[in-house]
Amino acid sequence: MNQYLKRRFFEQIAVMFGREPKKPEAISERAQEIHVLKRATNKERLQAAIVAHQDRKSVHTWRNRRWAVLIAANLLFTFSFWFDIQILEGALTASRFVGFHLIDLNSALQVMLAHKHIIVNLVIGTVTVFVLWLLLGGRSFCSWVCPYHLLAELAENIHLYLVRKKLVTDQNIDRRLRSLSWIVFAILAAATGYTVFEAISPTGILSRALIYGPALALLWVLALLVFEVFFSRRAWCRYACPIGLTYGVVGIFSPVRIKYKLDSCFHEGDCRKVCLVPHVLDTVIKGRAVDTEIPIGPDCTRCGLCVDTCPTGSLTFDVKGLSKLL
Amino acid sequence: MSEPTPPAAKPPLSRERAQQARRRVLRTILLTGGVMGAALSGFLPLVYAQKKRLRPPGALDEKDFLSSCIKCGQCVQVCPVQAIKLADLVDGVGVGTPYIDAREQACDFSCDAVQCILACPTGSLVYKKPAFLGVRKGAKLAAAPILKAKEKDPEPTLNLSERIGVARLTRPEACLAIQGKGFKGQVRGASFKGRMRYMEVNRWKPIAVSEHPYDLAECDLCVRECPVKGAISIETVFAPDGSKRKSPVVHEPCVGCGVCEMICPVEPTCIVIEAREVWNT
Repeated sequence: MNQYLKRRFFEQIAVMFGREPKKPEAISERAQEIHVLKRATNKERLQAAIVAHQDRKSVHTWRNRRWAVLIAANLLFTFSFWFDIQILEGALTASRFVGFHLIDLNSALQVMLAHKHIIVNLVIGTVTVFVLWLLLGGRSFCSWVCPYHLLAELAENIHLYLVRKKLVTDQNIDRRLRSLSWIVFAILAAATGYTVFEAISPTGILSRALIYGPALALLWVLALLVFEVFFSRRAWCRYACPIGLTYGVVGIFSPVRIKYKLDSCFHEGDCRKVCLVPHVLDTVIKGRAVDTEIPIGPDCTRCGLCVDTCPTGSLTFDVKGLSKLL
Repeated sequence: MSEPTPPAAKPPLSRERAQQARRRVLRTILLTGGVMGAALSGFLPLVYAQKKRLRPPGALDEKDFLSSCIKCGQCVQVCPVQAIKLADLVDGVGVGTPYIDAREQACDFSCDAVQCILACPTGSLVYKKPAFLGVRKGAKLAAAPILKAKEKDPEPTLNLSERIGVARLTRPEACLAIQGKGFKGQVRGASFKGRMRYMEVNRWKPIAVSEHPYDLAECDLCVRECPVKGAISIETVFAPDGSKRKSPVVHEPCVGCGVCEMICPVEPTCIVIEAREVWNT
């Protein structure tokens, strides 16, 4: 990692906690060259290329794979209980995969803070899940497993439709709120000895509803979705959910990430339009890339929407070290 | 660099921009308020921690239980009679926490080994409390309860050190045993969904209570079906008028499983579990 990427690495952590991305102060020589070269590129040719890509059929490869994984994971919970196949017992907050403990990191943290007593099974489950998501990309939990993410994506489509019809506008909210809510819920758990976040976590509520049957608590999930449809795009995941931040921190050192290649990018910004966390893609803005190849920061959910959308293949899934190895 | 560099000093915000920023702050406060408001409602069970709800066997005292339960429902999944349910928003005992409605489906220990405790990943349900948690006076069982179903096994006891409640005869005036009446037919009627393990039918498979009709000259269902040895018996007692009569009497080994409450054929039940009650001598 060169100095430019190193600086960006730390900046992206700050961005995850809520800082707005800034224009980079220093850019590597090679990247500067490309930026300059791009200014000299024939504008018409570039425009023609963009139009050609806009006409192509929309690609949903990664989205479909992701939805399949998300639905399969949640159904595995459900079927394990319904048909007693006992592969994945429990709910997303805590479960057993063929007998081996898995415990959601945020739930585990809440319980540890509230109960102030940690039993062995809790440690085993937490460490397992920590290692799992450290390897698989931290917030990929959000987009590949969390059932609320799927509902929110559908709600997002309705929201975007209403935006196109000029019936609603996306009201953005201060992203620092998520860090605040993480701190507040951690303090509440420790101070009151009650895991209050678990009572309102749409992830937990939905996961339990899928397994143990619907409950009135779903009304809270519905309220969140209504808020997102009519008021603020993806508000819960973007601005409030402490689970996302917890997994984001785990993903800081994750080898699985999205990689951005500067030289092929058109800077037309489609990727930022589909992204749940567009602040991680600030680097695709013209002139902002600090190097020719840039790993996207830890707040990225590795959902792959940008990979599907990118007309030039400038954004791809990447496993650190693996590409070098191959 | 490709773009013209912006002026070093920040220009003052235009009126529109300032308004936008102000609105964003208001929206942020709105969402904060909404989430925190919902979270506050989540605290209700703590306020109502006195509200008595039967928790699964081995549950910590209510406050500790609420702090440690991760709301995964693994206890629900292992229970062979599905006695454990998860609380909803309106139950006021913590969204997603497990409880037992004994009248609908009691814990009959047909799992033989308190599986729910084994399944609990966070130690909300425990065989034995960790040292730093106190045991309420009278909550501790004098001896490990002997399971009638396992009485002939080499290890007849249940690994349970505290009771989750105590059975109490709340409506003696309606009790069939006290009135000297018998019982014939299905307890709780044909539509009752509750299940139980009947050793004489199948040790490993609980069946519906409605599939097991009774014909008793004198009702002793609460004693007959109690899974714990010595927890309840029919005793001859003196009525206030001095006459002798028979009555179910609860004893110290009662763990509060709730089978007596479920099996009582009288509506409403004559015997109930006082959740979290301790044994008072």
